[in-house]
Amino acid sequence: MNPVQAVGRSTLGFLRQAGAVVIFAARGVAGLLGPPFFFSQFLRQLMAIGYLSLPVVGLTAVFTGAALALNIYTGGGRFNAEQIMPQIVALGITRELGPVLAALMLAGRVSAAIAAEIGAMRATEQIDAMETLSTDPFRYLVAPRLLAATLTTPLLTLVADIIGVAGGFLVATQSLQFSGPIYVQNTWNFLTSWDIVSGLIKAAVFGFIVALMGAYHGYTASGGARGVGRATTHAVVSAAILIFASDYVLTSLFSGKS
Amino acid sequence: MAAPVAKLALKGVHKRFGDKVVLDGVDIEVAPGKSLVIIGGSGQGKSVTLKIAIGLMRPDSGYVAVDGADTTELSQRARAENNRKFGMLFQGAALFDSLTIWENVAFRLLNADKVARKEAKARAIESLARVGLPASVAELYPIELSGGMQKRAGLARAVAATPDILFFDEPTTGLDPINADVINDLIVEQVKRLGCTAVSITHDMASARKIGDEIAFLYKGKILWRGPAAEIDRTGNPYVDQFVHGRADGPIRPEV
Ligand SMILES: Nc1ncnc2c1ncn2[C@@H]1O[C@H](COP(=O)(O)OP(=O)(O)OP(=O)(O)O)[C@@H](O)[C@H]1O
Ligand SMILES: [Mg+2]
Repeated sequence: MNPVQAVGRSTLGFLRQAGAVVIFAARGVAGLLGPPFFFSQFLRQLMAIGYLSLPVVGLTAVFTGAALALNIYTGGGRFNAEQIMPQIVALGITRELGPVLAALMLAGRVSAAIAAEIGAMRATEQIDAMETLSTDPFRYLVAPRLLAATLTTPLLTLVADIIGVAGGFLVATQSLQFSGPIYVQNTWNFLTSWDIVSGLIKAAVFGFIVALMGAYHGYTASGGARGVGRATTHAVVSAAILIFASDYVLTSLFSGKS
Repeated sequence: MAAPVAKLALKGVHKRFGDKVVLDGVDIEVAPGKSLVIIGGSGQGKSVTLKIAIGLMRPDSGYVAVDGADTTELSQRARAENNRKFGMLFQGAALFDSLTIWENVAFRLLNADKVARKEAKARAIESLARVGLPASVAELYPIELSGGMQKRAGLARAVAATPDILFFDEPTTGLDPINADVINDLIVEQVKRLGCTAVSITHDMASARKIGDEIAFLYKGKILWRGPAAEIDRTGNPYVDQFVHGRADGPIRPEV
């Protein structure tokens, strides 16, 4: 195959896939717009996606906050700016690292779980069975997951923000001779509500991506156990890439504002 | 001549996957209250035929009619409504593994009909009793049941909402001969009780003889022979003969 053909073919393949994802997402969102809404499924997903992800997200945040504090302290020291370390840590966590790291952990934990569960249901004809039982799988399986992930990721991010800043605080007060009250005051006075809100908006978008990629790859899985494995891998990888790409797009959209 | 409207009809159904033609003009009609068994070798498109009949797959051309009304192109909502006429037992039972047995059996009642849980559970336990499963399995999860019991639970789920047409995808594969016969008996009993139409696919001849009023033989994407179950041994068709007697030599060469 000549290179032009190869590029053409993979471009077409990509566009076809992108179109399929958009249609899938539209069907999932449409499932939220009118009854029936499967509330018990939604609660189950809130628990699985939100609550059970707290430890992972919390641990990621505390270590990242601590490491960030050390790095910025060292770097700031090169031009005698160590003292603004708390502000930089707070800004970095709320605007960027809180939402992105929380979402990446969810891509590993939640996208994979959703893809594996829905993929296994596809492989064992449970999704077909659901349709014959007059229940729309988009409403029963996809919509509750999309909504639960979109709502809980900002909450997890808020937790990550707090724990991340606390990680920086611990390092600063325990090994860098910062005064605790001053650290807190500097952070608090410096942060604007937009720093936090813009991070949470990003998080909502990332949460939607996490659930969408898991559901899409699981739903379209084919080829038995191997297909489910492939779906899980694709879900995690594509969720992570889309998180980074949309992070850049959202950040540049938000960058005018302060 | 005014023939009665077929309960289920497939007309000129074609289906291909990529270059592979699976169904090449399948015509099937099932009269109300009759039980048709489709037999045929592995990979001949039996499951695909059933999936098209029930609307899980779209034919490339041709159409499906239920009670004389074309159901090939339906909106999601109309399809869900149409599916109320159907009950299906899947090849691997396809029980929802995150739900208990009674929630499985009552799935349509709970989720599509919004029946209260207490009543739905009572009706599920009734349904389970009909297939010989005790109330004690109601709270178990599918993985806690043997294959035979899962098939029974799948049958209980298929008949729970009193369907018009029952579909069975290889109801006896994977079961020992005794359990297979128990499932056959249960199928015959439920079809009679509901007075419904049944379409089954199988490659188990004992099962086909027992549950079918009529048998159709699917080969290379077409219905090659069709007739009363009692005549399956004297069709005079070498393809059917070879299949019925399970002989390696004959006109059918298994594809490798
Ligand atoms: N979704 C699909 N995508 C691609 N090919 C498919 C799909 N479903 C079925 N096929 C192909 O169609 C052919 C017929 O499959 P089908 O499952 O209907 O066979 P079958 O008669 O039910 O066989 P068995 O007795 O083994 O269950 C097979 O070759 C299969 O590979
Ligand atoms: Mg099959």
